[in-house]
Amino acid sequence: HNVQDGASAGKTLPERVKIVEVGPRDGLQNEKTVVPSEVKIHLIDMLSEAGLSVIEATSFVSPKWVPQMADQVEVMMGIHRRPGVSYPVLTPNLKGFLAAVNAGAAEVAIFGAASELFSKKNINCSVDESLQRFEVVTKAAKEAGVPVRGYVSCVLGCPYEGKVSPDKVAQVAKRLYSMGCYEISLGDTIGVGTPGGMTEMLQAVSREVPVNALAVHCHDTYGQALANILIALQMGISVVDSSVAGLGGCPYAQGASGNVATEDVVYMLHGLGIQTGVDLPKLMDAGAFICCSLNKKTSSKVAQATCKL
Amino acid sequence: ENSALEFCTLTREFPEYVKMIEVGPRDGLQNEKEMVPTRVKIQLINMLSETGLPVIEATSFVSSKWVPQMADHTEVLQAIHRSSHARYPVLTPNMHGFQDAVAAGATEVAVFGSASETFSQKNINCSIDDSMLRFEEVICTAKQQQIPVRGYVSCALGCPYEGPIEPTKVAEVVKRLYELGCYEVSLGDTIGVGTPGSMAKMLQYVMKEVPSSALAVHCHDTYGQALANILTALQMGICAVDSSVAGLGGCPYAQGASGNVSTEDVLYMLHGMGIKTGVDLSKVIEAGDFICKALNRKTNSKVAQARSKSS
Repeated sequence: HNVQDGASAGKTLPERVKIVEVGPRDGLQNEKTVVPSEVKIHLIDMLSEAGLSVIEATSFVSPKWVPQMADQVEVMMGIHRRPGVSYPVLTPNLKGFLAAVNAGAAEVAIFGAASELFSKKNINCSVDESLQRFEVVTKAAKEAGVPVRGYVSCVLGCPYEGKVSPDKVAQVAKRLYSMGCYEISLGDTIGVGTPGGMTEMLQAVSREVPVNALAVHCHDTYGQALANILIALQMGISVVDSSVAGLGGCPYAQGASGNVATEDVVYMLHGLGIQTGVDLPKLMDAGAFICCSLNKKTSSKVAQATCKL
Repeated sequence: ENSALEFCTLTREFPEYVKMIEVGPRDGLQNEKEMVPTRVKIQLINMLSETGLPVIEATSFVSSKWVPQMADHTEVLQAIHRSSHARYPVLTPNMHGFQDAVAAGATEVAVFGSASETFSQKNINCSIDDSMLRFEEVICTAKQQQIPVRGYVSCALGCPYEGPIEPTKVAEVVKRLYELGCYEVSLGDTIGVGTPGSMAKMLQYVMKEVPSSALAVHCHDTYGQALANILTALQMGICAVDSSVAGLGGCPYAQGASGNVSTEDVLYMLHGMGIKTGVDLSKVIEAGDFICKALNRKTNSKVAQARSKSS
C-alpha cells in the first residue's frame, strides 16, 4: 500500500530509470590527464554497447577554456551512433550551437547555475545574463528541431555562496524549462547535499517544473550521492546522471571525488528491480578501459569489488 | 527480483536521534592488514571517546590464535579511559572469552551469529544451532552478572558462499538471539551486496519478530550501497547504526575492496538531515586521521577526503 504524506510523494519507486552518462564529457573534462581522441571515441562506443541510452559526448566550448574538449568535432564525427541512443553535447552559446550542429549533433545541453557567484566565476556573467544567452540557443535549437537539455548547478550548495535557496533553484529551473529545455538536470555540484536538502529542493522545483522533466546529477564528494539519488527516486525522479568509473574529480576540493559512478548507481537500481537497459558487465569493461587509458584507479566501488573477488 | 518495486515504506518521519555504534577499534582494526601497537589502539579509543560516540567496540576476547590483532585485549580494555558517556562492548565468542573479558573489566559484551549455515561453519566452525547453544551459555551468565549482551547476525543480506539469504532465516536467527537475552541485535550486510530493496524486505521480516528499537544495521560499503541502505533502514524505523572511523576494515571476501562504512560519512548524512547523534564530526575526522597515519594508509571516508582537500 502507498501512504501519502502531504510533504513528499508516495514512496513507490519508478519501474524504469533513464541513466544519462556524462563520463565522456563531464568526466573527462574534469580529469587531470587529457586523453587522445581515439580513446574518447572508443569509450563512447563501448558505452553505447553497454546499453546506455544517453551519452554526453563532448562540449562545444572554446578550447581556450576547455582544452580537454578541443577535439569536439573529431569525436562527434568519429563515434558510432547506435540507433536509439542520444549523444547530447554542451553548447554554451550560439557559436557553440552552430558548430555542434555542423558537426552532426542532434541534441544539445546548456548549463545554468542557481548561484550568482558561481555563475560569475564559472562563466563570467550573472545568472540572468546567462539565461538570456541560452534563450538565443534554445530559439535556434527549436527552429532546427534540436532538443535541448538544461543543467542547473549548485542546487544543494555553492563553493562560494554556501547555502543556496531552493526557490532560487526552482526559478532557474523554471526559466530553462519555459525557454524550451525538455529536461532539467539538477546538479549537486560540490556534493554537499544530503537527503533532507534534496527533498526540500525537489519539492520547490517540482512546484514549477513537472517531475518527469527533472533529473538529478549528484556528486559523491561527501559520499552522499546514492542516498540522495534514492530520495530523489522516492520523490518521483526517474532520470539520473552519472559517470562511468566515477570519472571527473571535484574542481573545488583537490583530489576529492566528484561524479557518482554509473556502475554503483546501476547496481543499486538493478538491486531494486528497476530497469535501466544497462548491461553492468559491459559498463564495467568501459570503465576498466578508460581507467587504464587514464592510468588511474576506478572510483566505482562495484568495479573495485567485482575485480577483487 | 521486483520485490522492491513495492518499495512502500510507511510514512515514517526520520528518527530525531540515531545511536552510533563505533566498531573501528575492533571490527575495523581486526580487518586491516597492518597491525597496530597497543598504545595506538588505546589512543584511538580515547580519541573516539572524546567525540561523543555513545558506544565504542573496544576489542575482542577471541583466542589470539585466531585473531592475533586482538591479542592485547586485556591490556587495551584496562588502559583505555572510559568516558561516562560511552559504553565499551567487547566480543566474547564463548564462555572462556566471556570470563576473560569480565576479569579484564568488561561491562558489556557481544556475540556473533550468522544467518548463513555455510558462513557459520567456515567462520566459527560450527552450525548456527550449535553457535546458539554456545551463546546461550554466555548470555545466561552475563545476565546473572548484569552485563548487557549485544547480538550480531552476519550475512543478513547475502553470504559469500551461499549467495542470497532468505529474510525468514535472518528473522529466525535474530529472534533467537533476542529471546536468549540480547538487548539489541545488529544486522550485518557482511559482504555489502545489499541494496535498499533487499534491506527493506529483510527488515520487514525481522521486525515482525523483534521490535525496531532492539535492532541496528551494520552496513558494508563494498559496493557503495551503505548510505542508501542505512537511509532505508532509518525510513523503516531503525535508529541505531554501526560504522567504522575512516572506514577501517576491508572486506576479507574481496581482496582490497572496502568493508565497513565510514563513521564520518554516516554522520555527515545524519547531521545534514537534522538527525542528532551527539557526536562531533570534526573530532571523528581527527581520530580517523590519527589511525590512518598509524596504519600508513589513506582514509576510506569521502567526507574526510573532501575536508582535507578543500581550499
